[in-house]
Amino acid sequence: MALYSEKVMDHFRNPRNVGVIEDANGIGEVGNAKCGDIMKMYLKIEDDIIQDVKFETFGCGSAIASSSMATEMIKGKPVADAMKLTNKAVAEALDGLPDYKMHCSVLAEEAIKSALEDYEKRGKN
Amino acid sequence: MIYADNAATTKMSRRAIEKMVLLTEETYGNPSSLYTFGQRAKEALEEARATVAKLIGAEPREILFTSGGSEADNQAIISAAELGKKNGKKHIISSAFEHHAVLHTLNKLKKEGFEITLLDVHENGLILPEEVEAAIKDDTCLVTIMFANNEIGTIQPIREIGAICRKKNVLFHTDAVQAIGHLPINVIDDNIDMLSASAHKFHGPKGVGFLYAKKGIRLSNLIEGGAQERGRRAGTENVPGIAAMAEALNESVEKMAENAEKLTEKRNKLIKGLKEIPHSAINGDEVKRLPSNVNFCFEGIEGESLLLLLDDKGIAASSGSACTSGSLDPSHVLLAIGRVHDVAHGSLRLSIGEDITDEDVDYIIKSVKEVVEYLRGFSPVWRDLVAGKSQFILP
Ligand SMILES: Cc1ncc(COP(=O)(O)O)c(C=O)c1O
Ligand code: FES
Repeated sequence: MALYSEKVMDHFRNPRNVGVIEDANGIGEVGNAKCGDIMKMYLKIEDDIIQDVKFETFGCGSAIASSSMATEMIKGKPVADAMKLTNKAVAEALDGLPDYKMHCSVLAEEAIKSALEDYEKRGKN
Repeated sequence: MIYADNAATTKMSRRAIEKMVLLTEETYGNPSSLYTFGQRAKEALEEARATVAKLIGAEPREILFTSGGSEADNQAIISAAELGKKNGKKHIISSAFEHHAVLHTLNKLKKEGFEITLLDVHENGLILPEEVEAAIKDDTCLVTIMFANNEIGTIQPIREIGAICRKKNVLFHTDAVQAIGHLPINVIDDNIDMLSASAHKFHGPKGVGFLYAKKGIRLSNLIEGGAQERGRRAGTENVPGIAAMAEALNESVEKMAENAEKLTEKRNKLIKGLKEIPHSAINGDEVKRLPSNVNFCFEGIEGESLLLLLDDKGIAASSGSACTSGSLDPSHVLLAIGRVHDVAHGSLRLSIGEDITDEDVDYIIKSVKEVVEYLRGFSPVWRDLVAGKSQFILP
């Protein structure tokens, strides 16, 4: 039995939306103190729509796959929808994660939330 | 596939397989049975015992067959603790980077009121005999130090530590699971009172091992039942496995010098190649290590992704020990030699086998370089290091 589903391996081997957005208007970076993994999300939001999203991840296979999947799930979506993205939805879209790897999808949810909060903070200034 | 995880387990040798098949197909009797057919299995069992004993300089009656290294470690430590307790001695000395079979047994004893001292293994992964000596107290009942570490391969000064224990009249156990069959071991010359071994690390079968315990050391039973193994380990003996283990050990010892020379050359080539990767470091002393072991940390990347991508390239390697996967904590061995969490996470252990070629070595070096560079390419940790926002730890 393989450690991860085919979907996880696909997103791990060919991660979508990898990289940096130079003129991002929402950036979030989160980490998991226990495993030490770190995820960074860059958002380019215009008219309340996520026009572009990119990520960088220092982490395990499922952390990389979760960030990749999460970026696909919010790209082109309204900010309000992205705000509702849950780690469960990311894990399901990946055809599941091993129990002890569920927190990797939590990291993806948190990274997006953190980037969206950054965007909102910037808007207020 | 290039199998570079021989510290996790090895391929059984042809000779060991044939021995196992022979005893499974033909000599399948129960060694405890009285009739000739059963006694033939008994003969095979005792022959294996004599072989194993001879190969480590012991007597046959000092060899107890077990289900592997973990059981042997448990039984050695529990026995020494029970002997100690009878004499009011409840202090045990070990090291911070032992296998969990040792560490978890010690933890159990700690809960039962034993005092445990875990010695520092220093940056190079080596224990200092003088620190063992300094740690011994009047109530020390056991010193247990592994022969060679399973993750970083460092070889401990066993003979010197044994001599100190002899002088101080303290029992000395060594977990030699990674060393036996790969390094010369003689329990008399090396001053060893108890030693654990596991067949699957020297081309024998899984689920078989042995405990050497010097004459006069009374072992406690972990498994109660029949009178097998002189009443010290109940259960019908795994005769095919035991015979195959003896065969495998014999073969490993025969080929030891030749294999060690070849492996050391390939290992050194791997180390040289991987050192070229910027901000990397070898873990453990570069010379006093198993001929098969290469262990590196690469800053800015995480070990699991590294392993998965190497797997895609047909290289089977490990990060930390196989037992650690499933746990999120970085390797206790790398932490023990002073690697910080971030760096300990990006570790790679290659434990090469005797059939490795120069082409394999070149391919491994090239693949690791590619994968490390690729993963660094989208690592936020690496980005901060390169941008000077955080400090490199590895030169
Ligand atoms: C140093 C060491 N001790 C003990 C063990 C446990 O041996 P076994 O798997 O035979 O129980 C291992 C390997 O897994 C090991 O590397
Ligand atoms: S193990 Fe922590 S993010 Fe995957």
